[in-house]
Amino acid sequence: MSPISRGFLGRRRSGGDPSRVPPGQHVTKGFPVLSAGPTQHTPLPDWSFRIDGAVKEPSSWRWEEFLALPAEQITVDIHCVTKWTKLDTSWRGVSLDTLLATIETDAEYLTAWCDGGYTTNLALADIVDGKAWVTYEYDGGPVHPEHGGPARLLVPHLYFWKSAKWVRGLTLTPTDEPGFWETYGYHNHGDPWLEQRYQGD
Amino acid sequence: MARAALPGRLSWQIGRVVDTIQETRRAKSLVLDLPNWPGHRAGQHIDIRLTADDGYQAQRGYSIASAPEDDGVMLTVDRLEDGEVSPYLTDVVEPGDEIELRGPIGGYFVWDPSLSGPLLLISGGSGIVPLRAMLRDWAAARPQVKVRLLHSARSLDDVIFRDEIMRFAAFDEVDVRIALTRAWPEGWRGHRGRIDRDFLERAAWPPQDAPRIYVCGPTGFVEAAAAALVETGQRPDTIKTERFGPTGG
Repeated sequence: MSPISRGFLGRRRSGGDPSRVPPGQHVTKGFPVLSAGPTQHTPLPDWSFRIDGAVKEPSSWRWEEFLALPAEQITVDIHCVTKWTKLDTSWRGVSLDTLLATIETDAEYLTAWCDGGYTTNLALADIVDGKAWVTYEYDGGPVHPEHGGPARLLVPHLYFWKSAKWVRGLTLTPTDEPGFWETYGYHNHGDPWLEQRYQGD
Repeated sequence: MARAALPGRLSWQIGRVVDTIQETRRAKSLVLDLPNWPGHRAGQHIDIRLTADDGYQAQRGYSIASAPEDDGVMLTVDRLEDGEVSPYLTDVVEPGDEIELRGPIGGYFVWDPSLSGPLLLISGGSGIVPLRAMLRDWAAARPQVKVRLLHSARSLDDVIFRDEIMRFAAFDEVDVRIALTRAWPEGWRGHRGRIDRDFLERAAWPPQDAPRIYVCGPTGFVEAAAAALVETGQRPDTIKTERFGPTGG
């Protein structure tokens, strides 16, 4: 049982429908920036997106090829482990179902890797069936570098550190291998509705 | 029934406020007695959870200002005008109050005295809080590591831990440079204006000295400083950043 914080009133429901705000989160109108290092700036001619690892045949797309893939408009709520939730964010990008359509694999896990060396691990089951995208537009314009552009992974049903900024590829792995924050004590799965913030939650 | 704590699990615990210190007009430190504190490393943070009498809860993260070897865990909270949690911590909390928290959290933005290379600490405003823990850790261990603190604040009165920083500056191995962005005392000989590329070129060690760089502050400050460091040739993988969003309140 949590003790009552003497004199604490709180500012409840200031930001929208409480049924859309996971436990311990509060709604922000802004779009805070959180990264472990400097913002990356990858020139588009040097950009590609690659799916490799435990696959029969790796796939890779250059920027123009990526833009030519069938894209979807996505409006979702996003939840950062640092406690902010942002409602109705709108993105445009390619579903991972589309990207994985021609990939043959027995692997059940993957590591998303990024410019700047960031990684995060995901179960394949968490990114298929319309649950994840590689996005290149936010709110009608390019994804700003601070927010992960040119392309950012979007896995909105998990805490936002799983939605890797500056993503460049997915490496499928037979076993689950913790990524960057996952090795620094953050939860391996990161479901905001179960408040899986840190190891053991 | 109480569930046994799993190894490595971050359990909530109750701390008692044993002291409060008004650091600046906006910033206040809370010194906590934590019976179940496992120890921490300089740079880590904690999560606080407040509970209203109707059960409503709010959580926020705060950096730890104290060094691992200090008695008690000290948090230093910057009061955000429109914040939900920070004004409670700075205005309402008194010695004797209980605060629910868990930690320590974060294993990346950390420093300890065994690390080699000159230590370059760059902070804006309350971004100095985790860096103060590193400075205290350095001062307790006195490793053969040079330290430079580049700190930006609105005015001299807004410099959190000002007296303590000046005491750190008395060590031969420690160099402190303050940038004031809004107001300067008469005869101010430090930097006027923001920490920008020119200032970093003059004040940072050159990339070949391989400084270990920690940047902490509001998002805009960290973005600008980290970008300028990269522009001046510092290796991106030597730059660790901690950004305080506008909703950190």
